[in-house]
Amino acid sequence: MSSKTIIMFSGDLDKAMASLIIANGAAAMGDEVTMFFTFWGLNVLRKAKKIKVKKEFMENMFGFMMPRGADKLALSKMNFGGAGTAMMKSIMKKKNVSSLPALLESAQAMGVKMIACTMSMDVMGIKAEELIDGVELAGVATYLGEAENSNVNLFI
Amino acid sequence: MADKHINARGLQCPGPIVELFKVAKAAESGDVITIEVTDCGFSKDINAWCKKTGNELVSLEETDGVIHAVIKKS
Repeated sequence: MSSKTIIMFSGDLDKAMASLIIANGAAAMGDEVTMFFTFWGLNVLRKAKKIKVKKEFMENMFGFMMPRGADKLALSKMNFGGAGTAMMKSIMKKKNVSSLPALLESAQAMGVKMIACTMSMDVMGIKAEELIDGVELAGVATYLGEAENSNVNLFI
Repeated sequence: MADKHINARGLQCPGPIVELFKVAKAAESGDVITIEVTDCGFSKDINAWCKKTGNELVSLEETDGVIHAVIKKS
């Protein structure tokens, strides 16, 4: 069995979809997959509903301005204030492409390991309770340890 | 030995290989799995999937836009 590692840095819908499709595909090929979510990528893992946690003023502002979860992400191009994203989502639904939340769920069900970067969480004021279940919290060494044994490593 | 059938018509990438993986994982060695797919990339993907997972691709054919693949679990 080989393994794959993916760094999810972006919080864009299209890029997150590409990452999760690769992660699902790799798991379906029998590989061990680790995804490391950092900076804007953390938003992919946020729970959709607002969780009451104690935050500082700036952390609250950050939390408010960033998309809350996989279903709220916007396209990296042609977003047009949300209209482009809505159009893309409707086309994808019509063409039976799995939604990002569905891809996340499927990846987790197939054992894709998801790690949230604790440094980014601290900077952006995202608390563990705000992330979906099954996510591990760790730092760069954990990711590097996984990457050491991996034969594909992507930064998306 | 058992025969398993997967209807993956309409599923987009990576749906078909995900479904195939789940069924293959639960199957026993020697089981034959038939899968029907409409995503045209699957013809190439199934070769790569079999090569990677070590399962045998018994047959692969396309009729009226539907790909029928037969896989034997190793």
